[in-house]
Amino acid sequence: MYFEFDIEGGDFSKAGYASSQLKKILKQLVGDHKIVKRTVVALYEAEVNVVAHAFSGKVIINIDTDKIEIQVNDKGPGISDIQLAMKEGYSTASEKVREMGFGAGMGLSNIKNNSDEFYLSSEVGLGTKLTIIAYLVKE
Amino acid sequence: MKIRDVVGIIEGDVVCGHELLDKEILRGFASDLMSDVLTLDTDDVLLITGLSNTQSIRTAEMSDINCIIFARNKKVNQEMINLAKESNIVLIECESSVFKTSGKLYNAGIKPIF
Repeated sequence: MYFEFDIEGGDFSKAGYASSQLKKILKQLVGDHKIVKRTVVALYEAEVNVVAHAFSGKVIINIDTDKIEIQVNDKGPGISDIQLAMKEGYSTASEKVREMGFGAGMGLSNIKNNSDEFYLSSEVGLGTKLTIIAYLVKE
Repeated sequence: MKIRDVVGIIEGDVVCGHELLDKEILRGFASDLMSDVLTLDTDDVLLITGLSNTQSIRTAEMSDINCIIFARNKKVNQEMINLAKESNIVLIECESSVFKTSGKLYNAGIKPIF
C-alpha cells in the first residue's frame, strides 16, 4: 500500500495530519499496538520537524507485509551538522515552536529510538531527507 | 481509578468525552513539553499539562493517551475538541496548578511512570 501526504512549513494546525491518517490505517492492519505507536510517534516528530524548520515537505509511506517504510523529504535550510542535530538537547527551533510544546532538541533522537532503521541526509540550502523503517515481523 | 473519579478529585470540568468517563487510568504524567510525552511507552496514562493547543491533542493521539487535564485554568478551543472527539480523548479543564492537580491525584493513588 502506498500513501502520500504534503506538509506545509510553519503551519502547526496541520502538523500531525499524516501521522493521524497512518494511525487509522495501521490500526486496521497491524495487531501489535506497540509497533503502531512507535511508528506514528516517529512520523509525528518528523512532521513537526518539517513544520518547524522547512518550507514544505512530502511524506511517502509504503506498507509491505513485513515492514513499513516512511520517507519524509523537505525543501528547506537543511542541516549542516547532522551529528550535532542528533544530540539530545541541541535545537535551533524558534520561540513559536517552543510555545507549541516542542523544540527541546529531542525530536531526531526520539525518531531514531522509535524506528528499526533510520537514515538522515541533508544538503544545506536545499533540504533534508529522512527514511525510517519499522519491521512488522520480528526475526 | 476511573476517569469519573479523577474529575471529582480535581474538581474539573469535562469538556468532551463524557461517554468515556468509566475508562480506567493507572498512571499520570505532567508536562508542558510534548517531546517528553512522546518518549513514553506506557499505556493507560493520564496527561496533566498547561499547554493548551492542537499539538497537545495530537501528542495524546499518537501516544495512546485517552485523557488530558488542562491545569492552570487553561481553556481548550473548538478545534482541539474536534480532534479529541475523533480520537476518543477525554478533555478536562481544571483551575488548579499542575503541581496541585498532580499532588491530589498522586495522593489518591494514581501512580507515576517513573
